[in-house]
Amino acid sequence: MTRRTLTCEEVIEQLFDYLDQELDDQRQADIEQHLAKCRDCFSRAEFERRLRDRMEALTQVPAPHRLHRRIRSLLDQFDDESNSTT
Amino acid sequence: MDRLYGTALRLTRNPDDAEDIVAEAIEKAWSKLDELRDPDCFQGWLFHILNNTFISEWRRRQSRPPFSSDDDAPTLDECDSEDFSLFRQLHQPFLLWWGNTEERFLNELLQEELQLALDALPDPFRVVLIVVEVQGYSYAETAEMLGIPVGTVRSRLNRGRSLLQKSLWQQASDAGIAVNRPGNEGASP
Ligand SMILES: [Zn+2]
Repeated sequence: MTRRTLTCEEVIEQLFDYLDQELDDQRQADIEQHLAKCRDCFSRAEFERRLRDRMEALTQVPAPHRLHRRIRSLLDQFDDESNSTT
Repeated sequence: MDRLYGTALRLTRNPDDAEDIVAEAIEKAWSKLDELRDPDCFQGWLFHILNNTFISEWRRRQSRPPFSSDDDAPTLDECDSEDFSLFRQLHQPFLLWWGNTEERFLNELLQEELQLALDALPDPFRVVLIVVEVQGYSYAETAEMLGIPVGTVRSRLNRGRSLLQKSLWQQASDAGIAVNRPGNEGASP
């Protein structure tokens, strides 16, 4: 069975669905195949991916000591409770 | 812990609130630990509890459901559905930059600038962007988490991305990538 290859326009239209892995396996594979051959679409996909990585890095923030202490005492409390019930 | 706190901080935009929801999420997770069937899923489970803690706190503060489809004015999702693409802007003619403009843009983009742009997004857009693009939830999972239709998740994502990229473009323009259209050439020194 021969499949119709996707045009650049179709790939760009579905690019975010592809990056979000919202497409079915076949469509994901079709787009991957297009990106492997098309430099323009690949650059676009790569740009969006890298922007996303940069956004992900924003959710890596050293937790303040105060929060560490708060969590430790919270967990100690749980330990004490579970010890007292056994 | 840093990722948990960082995610909370991006959701709440406030260090004190972020600490509160992290502590609350950990407390909830610990007290419901026996409900967790697969210990390997602990981390994902904890983040899920964090998101839910944020969402219910958000709702409580607004004293109305913030993420339901009819909450904010229709302008939020349906109107102004223009697609703004930073990549397209970086590839238009008459840029002062030349060569690989998107590479240069990414290299010069500071994390602080990106953070400002993300934090400036209205809550419904920012939250959907974080949940989908950063945390990797599917549209269906996100819809369920926020109590909104999948179509609304999709439209908020589009709009959120457009707004974010537009604001990054604005920053880049201010920083000197500014379009130098032929008609303007005489005006520049
Ligand atoms: Zn292409």
